[in-house]
Amino acid sequence: MFQFLLKKIGLLIPTFIGITIIAFSFVRVLPGDPVLLMAGERGLTEDRYNALLKEFGYDRPIWQQYLDYLGNLLTGDFGNSLVSKQPVLEEFAARFPATLELSLCAMIIALAIGIPAGIIAASKRGSFLDQTIMGTALVGYSMPIFWWGLLLIIVFSGIMQWTPVSGRISLLYFFPPVTGFMLIDSFLSGQKGAFASAFSHLVLPSIVLGTIPLAVIARQTRSAMLEVLGEDYVRTARAKGLSSRRVVGIHALRNALIPVITVIGLMVGTLLAGAILTETIFSWPGIGKWMVDSIFRRDYPVVQSGLLLIAAIVMVVNLLVDLAYGLINPRIRHQ
Amino acid sequence: MTNISNTADTEKLTDAQERRRTRNRMLREFWFYFSENRGAVIGMWIFLALVLLAVLAPVIAPHAPNIQYRDALLVPPVWQDGGSWNYILGTDAVGRDMLSRLIYGSQFSLFIGVVVVAIALTTGVTIGLIAGYFRGPVDTVIMRVMDIILAFPSLLLALVLVAILGPGLLNAMIAIAIVQQPHYVRLTRAAVMAEKNRDYVTAARVAGSGNLRLMFKTILPNCTAPLIVQAALSFSTAILDAAALGFLGMGAQPPTPEWGTMLAEAREFILRAWWVVTFPGIAILVTVLAINLMGDGLRDALDPKLKRS
Repeated sequence: MFQFLLKKIGLLIPTFIGITIIAFSFVRVLPGDPVLLMAGERGLTEDRYNALLKEFGYDRPIWQQYLDYLGNLLTGDFGNSLVSKQPVLEEFAARFPATLELSLCAMIIALAIGIPAGIIAASKRGSFLDQTIMGTALVGYSMPIFWWGLLLIIVFSGIMQWTPVSGRISLLYFFPPVTGFMLIDSFLSGQKGAFASAFSHLVLPSIVLGTIPLAVIARQTRSAMLEVLGEDYVRTARAKGLSSRRVVGIHALRNALIPVITVIGLMVGTLLAGAILTETIFSWPGIGKWMVDSIFRRDYPVVQSGLLLIAAIVMVVNLLVDLAYGLINPRIRHQ
Repeated sequence: MTNISNTADTEKLTDAQERRRTRNRMLREFWFYFSENRGAVIGMWIFLALVLLAVLAPVIAPHAPNIQYRDALLVPPVWQDGGSWNYILGTDAVGRDMLSRLIYGSQFSLFIGVVVVAIALTTGVTIGLIAGYFRGPVDTVIMRVMDIILAFPSLLLALVLVAILGPGLLNAMIAIAIVQQPHYVRLTRAAVMAEKNRDYVTAARVAGSGNLRLMFKTILPNCTAPLIVQAALSFSTAILDAAALGFLGMGAQPPTPEWGTMLAEAREFILRAWWVVTFPGIAILVTVLAINLMGDGLRDALDPKLKRS
């Protein structure tokens, strides 16, 4: 297992270096002068320009600049935002819990509905129920989620007036963040109605973000179940006289869930891409909205480091999923 | 002399006939499996209808897509109070006919799909062939670069690429193609590696085929099945991503009647005029759904693992 871990990490290092190269070159391939881009100032005097040139290190050879950049990253210096002048890492840390909370809730919805739906569809293969579930899943998979979000706002916020349109919690409530998760923090604060407010803000974005993962997981569960249900050991279990529920729910499901876990790992990228759209629609103050806003404000240090941090997260999560996969399925790690 | 050339001619003819017959048989077999999937056939008809709509847009559309009727702002669809047969699906905030804009929008969506798939497919297949055929350090470098591209969430990378290239439909298509081509590289490479050591490839090599001929004429035709399925899937992803970029203001620019861009313009009216938001989304959904239905059918028909003959 340890060797398996080392091999996986070894494969990650070149990819990670590649990601830093991309983030490093980002500012340099943008049209325009990098000093002006990074300083975000206009009408610089020549002295100021030269001072900035030195400060950013752009007067030195490119490989040295890159090594400096790597050195800065290792010491936790990801640059400062042009707009807020705050360190990018701090801004990221402040916004990440919001995205994490949203993504976790979306994933919970996707798993809680997707896995049972896939199991039902597989065990009633070819039935009307199966066709309905799979048809719905394909619609979900084809959904332009930015439109789906707007539609839900029209129905549930506009017509029904059930949920608020944007933000994480009503402005009436204020309490210092403890965990960064609004649901937990609002509960801990003990303020009346705070939890309900946080919950009602979270419902629609979670549904929107969870839609595509839900569809993918339902489809994957169904096809994995179908494959497993044809195996000999399932027939043996049935022949032993076990109830259908026990065969499907315990014997078959355990093995069918292995490919589903891989899919969950692949969903991290989808979730972060989806967060860009979902957070924009619902004004959810997470990293997706932060990235889009920064691109529009030409806040390039934020885009540069945000890109790096997000890619790093995707890579680490994929590593964890690989490890989990190796733990569950010994065949993988002994290859 | 004449006799000899005659026999050669007839042989050539039968050869051509033979080939045509094999092709017909393969097409018939394909259609047999494809048409077994009812959803795929429905998807195909919807897709053909969309193609027709896009081609005939200037004939079918009741109005020009960008004409603003200043006396008919935010007119609701015909079945609602205040609707008019003149604007069947209503008008938007500056008085443009929704139906006509949607019809013209189909041109953009199909164009985006075709261009993105063409770019991603040709570059991806070529790179994948090189990686799978030559292996060694070339392969390692190529696959590491693909891993790097895949480490970024696709929409985020496309968004940043468009920020570098400048907003617009063309740049959006290029960005989406760049983000999508690693999938083709991986598929092609895997297929090439599986085929490369088969006997027919060795036979062709012994017969004196060069590397290029082996790669493109001997091996590639036998790797097409997964590529066709991937092309269908990435056609729909391209439409979705381009619409998302348009929605974020980074794709096609107003007043282009691209569906995602139309949604972006409609956002501020969501609680006042449901139709300006609803219809472009339905158009995207139906198009993407039709292509995905077809993609499922293609996979069933082309995947030998699922074929039970």
